[in-house]
Amino acid sequence: MYIIVVGGGKVGYYLAKSLLEQGHEVLVIEQDPRRCATLADELGASVLRGDGCEVATMAEAGMGRAGLVIAVTGGDEDNLVVCQVARHKFSVGRTIARINNPKNERIFRRLGIDVTVSSTEVILSQIEQAIPAQSLAHLLTLRGVGVSFVELEVPAASPAVGRPLRDLGVPDDCVFPLVIRGGKTAIIPYGDTVLEPGDQVIAVTSEASEETLRHILYGPQAGSQPSVSG
Amino acid sequence: MRIIIMGCGRVGAGLAKALVQEGHQVTVVDADGASFARLGHDFPGALVVGTGIDEEVLRRAGIEQADAFVAVTNWDNTNVMAAQVAREIFGVRRVVCRVYDPGREEFYRALGLETICPTLWGVNRIREILGG
Repeated sequence: MYIIVVGGGKVGYYLAKSLLEQGHEVLVIEQDPRRCATLADELGASVLRGDGCEVATMAEAGMGRAGLVIAVTGGDEDNLVVCQVARHKFSVGRTIARINNPKNERIFRRLGIDVTVSSTEVILSQIEQAIPAQSLAHLLTLRGVGVSFVELEVPAASPAVGRPLRDLGVPDDCVFPLVIRGGKTAIIPYGDTVLEPGDQVIAVTSEASEETLRHILYGPQAGSQPSVSG
Repeated sequence: MRIIIMGCGRVGAGLAKALVQEGHQVTVVDADGASFARLGHDFPGALVVGTGIDEEVLRRAGIEQADAFVAVTNWDNTNVMAAQVAREIFGVRRVVCRVYDPGREEFYRALGLETICPTLWGVNRIREILGG
């Protein structure tokens, strides 16, 4: 496939390298002449020096025959423009934008960009999973329906310990399909299942009930979530 | 009207001063607080430091109540992104953005944004003067 990568920084470099190794035809558009020289010398990639947001540069790059355009500059606004112009002016079927501010993900989706990749978001979710205490790790989010699969670890001081699930006041739009005990025993819980400290609870919940869920398992002092969950 | 102007350069500051004189309620947003000096010390409007492509900055500037949004930073892409956020996310009725690059200006105008392109104006005006 003919793939155009806009932005020849570190992300663009390794991306182009991997795509070339996979046998794709790759062109990198980069403004800085020194970066262009590096990309051409080290990767043997085709490099076009210019502003990848300019329609003329895009036409020169043969954007009309690209199967995929990936915008990985350091500016969210630049990546947005690349993807919008690629899509609407050059009818590129698939566009991917890197985003730096995770909050722009929603905006990009509203503005019609198919796929966004946020390294900030990826790192944050790693942190969430590395710090299970008091946090709620998102395993999977189904955006269209506003439902998430989350994982919580029951702390020793949890108000939920020692009481059957049915008495915990779990909202209607939240269910616990799985509890993992001692890191190895899988329990499909019922209303009379009693949680123990250290249990990993997998929950399916609406976005609206996440906060309530946190209160149930961590107590009211857990109300304000540590900033790692974004 | 409640008007937000993003970008306090010569155009942004000049526009802000003219609009407050006409009695409009103006908020100026710029990533560089020092640029507000262009407004003079007696500017009655509100000032917000931050980038206009950040939803939270726009909220702080009162975009949810704004009647109009004008994007005149020096960066075309910042302007078109902010203009789209104002229109699509916050539903601001009047949105104007400046785009220097004629190619991009034509593209975003076709996409429905209200754009102005000083480059084309300059080119055409000079041609007129030269009697071309």
